[in-house]
Amino acid sequence: MTNDIVTLDHGSGGKKTSQLIEELLVPAFSNDTLSQLGDGALLDLQGPLIFSTDSFVVDPIFFPGGNIGKLSVCGTVNDLAMCGGQPRYLSLSLLLEEGFPLDDLRTIVSSIAQTAKQAGVEIVTGDTKVVERGKGDGIYINTSGIGTLRYPGLSPEAIQPGDVVILSGTMGDHGATVMMARNGLLEGSSLQSDCQPLWQLAKAALDCGGVRVLRDPTRGGVATTLNEFTENRPISIELDEDALPVRGAVQAACDLLGLDPLYCANEGKLLAICHPSSAEAVLAALQATPGGQEAAVIGRVTDRYPGKVILNTFLGGGRVLSKLTGAQLPRIC
Amino acid sequence: MLSEAAFRRPKGADKILRAIRELELPPTRIMEVCGTHTMAIAKSGIRNLLPAHIQLLSGPGCPVCVTPSGVMDEVLKLTEIPDLIVTTYGDLMRVPGSVPGDDLQRRKAMGADVRWVYSPMDALELAKAHPDKQVIFLGVGFETTAPGTALAVLEAQAQQVANFSVLCLLKQTAPALRALLAQPDFRVDGFLCPGHVATVMGAEAFRFLPEEYGLPAVVGGFETGDLLAALWQLLLQIKEKSPRLENEYTRAVSPQGNPAAQAIMAQVLEPVSDVWRGLGTISESGFGLKAEFAAHDAARRFPFSPTDKEGTKGCKCGQIICGQLQPHQCPLFGKACQPDHPVGPCMVSGEGACAAAYKYQRIETLL
Repeated sequence: MTNDIVTLDHGSGGKKTSQLIEELLVPAFSNDTLSQLGDGALLDLQGPLIFSTDSFVVDPIFFPGGNIGKLSVCGTVNDLAMCGGQPRYLSLSLLLEEGFPLDDLRTIVSSIAQTAKQAGVEIVTGDTKVVERGKGDGIYINTSGIGTLRYPGLSPEAIQPGDVVILSGTMGDHGATVMMARNGLLEGSSLQSDCQPLWQLAKAALDCGGVRVLRDPTRGGVATTLNEFTENRPISIELDEDALPVRGAVQAACDLLGLDPLYCANEGKLLAICHPSSAEAVLAALQATPGGQEAAVIGRVTDRYPGKVILNTFLGGGRVLSKLTGAQLPRIC
Repeated sequence: MLSEAAFRRPKGADKILRAIRELELPPTRIMEVCGTHTMAIAKSGIRNLLPAHIQLLSGPGCPVCVTPSGVMDEVLKLTEIPDLIVTTYGDLMRVPGSVPGDDLQRRKAMGADVRWVYSPMDALELAKAHPDKQVIFLGVGFETTAPGTALAVLEAQAQQVANFSVLCLLKQTAPALRALLAQPDFRVDGFLCPGHVATVMGAEAFRFLPEEYGLPAVVGGFETGDLLAALWQLLLQIKEKSPRLENEYTRAVSPQGNPAAQAIMAQVLEPVSDVWRGLGTISESGFGLKAEFAAHDAARRFPFSPTDKEGTKGCKCGQIICGQLQPHQCPLFGKACQPDHPVGPCMVSGEGACAAAYKYQRIETLL
C-alpha cells in the first residue's frame, strides 16, 4: 500500500479493500479458516458454546499498556472466559474514519494478532468499513467471539451467604490510565492499563472447584459489578476497605481527577465468588498464574443488608456502595 | 514528611474518636463550607461515629449548589449561539436550569458544542485550535478556581486569543459566611474552614470568625486524619469557650496564603454583587472581570441576564445550603430527587450535601 492514510476507497469493496485485507489483515491473523476469504467461516465445533460481542470506542486509541486493538480482543475473550468458556474464534469488524493513519492501523492490527495468539483464539471472519471524515472517531472496533463451555453452572444465583469475594489484582488501573491519558497528564507517570486476556486466570480459579461466579469488573468498576450480583437478591456483599488492592499511582490519579478506584474500569481483572472451603485454593491458584500475583480476598457474602454492597471502612462502621450513576464526572476542586 | 496515606489512614483515629465521645458538651453544631469537606466527611463515615449531640452541617461550600437556576437558564441559552463552544468543569454538566432535565449534558446530546475540561487553560488551547469559533469557559468556583480562571484571561490577552472569553461566576467565601451569620435564626458553634480556599487566601482570611463573631475556626484538610484533628481542635475550643483561629492543614496552608495567586486575582478580578441560592443577593460576594478585560468577558460579549429564580417547587436546596435542613429532611430526597434524575443542584453536584448523603449512605439507615 503506497498511501499513508485510510481513504473511502479502502471501504468501497473494490481493489483497495482487497489490498487492505490481503496485504494487512490476512497475513497478520494467518489461519486456514480466514485465508479462504469466504463470506463466512466454517467452524467445526461441539456444543455447548458461549457467544458474546463487544464494541470498542476507547479514546485515546493508544494508551500505556495497550491500544484499542488489544482491548477489542481482551474485551470479548474475557466475556467468554467469565462464562466458563474457553475462547476459540473471533470475528473482527473495523470501522475506520477517512484519513486514519495506516501506520496506526498496522500497529493496532499487530496488537490484535498478538493478543489473539496470547488468548488462544483465531480471527476467522471480519469486515471493514470506512466512514467519511468527521463521521467517526478514527477507529471503532467490534469483535464477536465463540467459546467452548468448559465449566458449566456458573451463575450469580448460586451465590450464598458465607461465600468469599476474591479480586485477581489491583483496581482501577485501566480507567485511571485512560482518564489521565485523555487529559494529557501521563508524563512521568507509572500508570498502565491492566488490559489482558483472562482465560488462564479463569481456568486456574475454576479448576479449584467451588467457584459460584466469575465477572470482569469493566465499566462501572468493582462496585458496580458487585451490585449486579446483589440486586434484587436476599444477599449482601461486604467489602473490607483495608483489603482493597489499589496501586499508589492509581489512587493518586483518582484523587487528582475526582474519581474512585472502586468505580474505575478494569480490563484485566476478574472477580471470583467462591465457596469458603475453596477460597484459599482459588486465591493461591490466581496468585500462581501470570497476571494474578496481586489477587486478594476483598470481602464476604452476607445476608445482613439484602440487595446491597457494603464497604466496611477502616475507621469502623460501613457505607453503602451503590451502582455508578451516569458517567464519573470530574470535580471542580 | 508524612505521606498522604498517613493522613488517610491515621494511627490513633480510634483514640481521637473516643476522646471526642468522652468530651462533655451541650448539643453542638459545626459547619463546613467546602464541597470537598462535604464529600470527605460523608465518605469517611465520621458523622455517624460522633455522638448524637455533635452535628456536622454543610454550608454554602459547593459552587454548583449556590448557583441559582436562573443563572443556569442563561448558561443553557449560551449553548444556542451558533459557532460557539461552551467549556466547563464536569460538575456543571448535569445541573438543571429551571426546567427539570434541561442541562448541559442534554444540550450536548441535542447538538450543542459543550465540552468538559479540567482547566481553563485547556479551554484557552481549544480556542486557539478553533479560531473560527467562539469559546466560552464557565468560570465557577470559589477562591480556589479563581486564580486559574484569572490566569487564563491574562494569557488570552497576552496571546491575543480574541475568540476566548470567560463567563465569570466565581464566588467569595467570606461574604457568604457573613450573610449566613446575619440570618436571625442561624446558629452554629464553630466553623471547619476550607483548606483549599485557605491555601490560596491564607488561614488569616478566616480570622474574622473568632474576632468578629466569637466563633471557633479551624482550617482543615481533607483526609480522615485531617478531619479528625480539626474536629478535635474545634470541640476543644468550644469546650474551653476560647474561640480562636487554628490551622490544622499546615502542610498546605500558610497564614498569608499564596501571594502569586492572590496577585493574579487582584490584577484580573474585582468584587461584584452576586446572587446565591438560599442567600439571595449579597454585595461584593462574587468576582467579575475588570473592565480592561471586557474583550474576554462573556457576560459583556454575549446576552446574559440571569435571574435569582431558585428552581423546582419542593426543592429544599436553598435551606440545605444554609444548614437549616439536612438532606434527608427534604421531601424529595432519594425519591423524586436522585443522582440519575436530580431535581436540585445539591444532588447533582459531586460536592453537594444531598449527593454526598445519597452516595455515601450509611448502613445504619438500612437496619
